[in-house]
Amino acid sequence: MTLDTQVFTITRADLVRYAEASGDHNPIHQDESVAVGVGLPGVIAHGMYTMALAARAVSEWFPDSEVVSFGCKFTNPVVVPADGGVELEVVGEVKGTEDGLTTVLLTVTCDGVKVLGMPRAVLREAALRG
Amino acid sequence: MPVDQSLVGRVFPPTRPYVVSEEKIRTFVESTGGDYAGGPAPATFPIVLAFDAMNAFLEAESIDLFRIVHGEQKFAYERPVVPGDVLTATLTVATLRQIAGNDIIGTTSEITDGSGALVCSTSATLVHRGADG
Repeated sequence: MTLDTQVFTITRADLVRYAEASGDHNPIHQDESVAVGVGLPGVIAHGMYTMALAARAVSEWFPDSEVVSFGCKFTNPVVVPADGGVELEVVGEVKGTEDGLTTVLLTVTCDGVKVLGMPRAVLREAALRG
Repeated sequence: MPVDQSLVGRVFPPTRPYVVSEEKIRTFVESTGGDYAGGPAPATFPIVLAFDAMNAFLEAESIDLFRIVHGEQKFAYERPVVPGDVLTATLTVATLRQIAGNDIIGTTSEITDGSGALVCSTSATLVHRGADG
């Protein structure tokens, strides 16, 4: 079963807020010169920020479900421009339910490129919104 | 300079106890554009603890945070994190490989509550980009 696709916009201001909230003040998420200096294409979103948005999508689909496990690889950087923002698209597919545990496979893309590798959440007693 | 291979298996001291409050959860939720009306923390909230443990590890080993890129993160939850929890994270260096001048550091962090019970275990792959990379 395919879930309703969710789209989030990421701006540099979001990264500043997320750095404060998470404690991750790595300058590659704030400072273009540091990011480029270590070989990145520009300021990139925290992998955990992208993952947090993917988790938000899951909790929008299944608002009262307990997450049992959640994981992904960070396969491509989400480059966030100085002006405006970049769109992140989260597609979800329910793979199946076994022993009360529902597996949701995600596809998370930015400009058509997958940014997370094998993002997957397992939920207990998953009930769709509505 | 590559990260020292003898680190594999090393367990770092637990982080200082972190008191989870509704305010801290709200700040985290709102930073990702969501609304918080009380209750359990979102799934990636324990990264706050894991990150604290990682920072202590990087500082102890004189590794620059700005050379670190996140490769992978996995969480396995025993129960949701709720306001009032007092949590600590204990980090273990699980694996270490060198690929193309980068160190690929595998860590696991166990997040426990005030009673010592496991709340969440999380594993991270950190890519330490070499100075020449």
